[in-house]
Amino acid sequence: MKEFVIEALVDKLPDVLAFVDEQLEAADCPIKTQMQIDISVEEIFVNIANYAYPDGTGNVMIRIEVTAEPFAAQIIFIDSGVPYDPLSKTDPDVTLSAEERQIGGLGIFMVKKSMDDVKYEFTDGHNVLTMRKGAVT
Amino acid sequence: MKINKRSEGSMLTIYIEGRLDTSTSPELSKELDSSLEGVTQLVFDFTLLEYISSSGLRVLLAAQKAMNGKGTMIVKNVSELVMEVFEITGFTDILTIE
Repeated sequence: MKEFVIEALVDKLPDVLAFVDEQLEAADCPIKTQMQIDISVEEIFVNIANYAYPDGTGNVMIRIEVTAEPFAAQIIFIDSGVPYDPLSKTDPDVTLSAEERQIGGLGIFMVKKSMDDVKYEFTDGHNVLTMRKGAVT
Repeated sequence: MKINKRSEGSMLTIYIEGRLDTSTSPELSKELDSSLEGVTQLVFDFTLLEYISSSGLRVLLAAQKAMNGKGTMIVKNVSELVMEVFEITGFTDILTIE
């Protein structure tokens, strides 16, 4: 398991993805799976960067565990910002036309669709979001 | 991300190379805001687009809305990976993909 602590700022997204990709590539993650995981990591990290610390900045800890053959990954985001469950948002209606579509709300939906399991908990003053792709043993 | 543009009359083609994510999407959004005047045919060439997240989708949706009523918008040369994102988000129904 690898851990990475970084300031919750949108500008730090490239660093977060570089860290995650390094772990995924070390486990020979298939390219399609890597994109799905990157998308999910981006959405969750940006969400935390935008909403967790309204009065300033704080940190996010990212824990990642990967296994190869068959590939699987579990990624956990922990922040000490305001309690917020991003999964509680209603899914957007993806059958609507361009005119009827709202700009936004797609990010979390993409996470749910891209990962095999996503869960949120608020424990000991921390937001803990866990996402999994494949079966981590 | 790199943006290249080619303009022929009222047709504008935008080539995007690299990643369209939270860090780079604002640049494309700004580019579109300043270049759509007089354009009736907008084409996105995604041959070299490697990745798109929801922030990139938002920019495409805004472009589609801007073009509705004043012309057409076409997205072409979409890779399998990017197409996958369009499929799960229903963008295959919103965009005209060639």
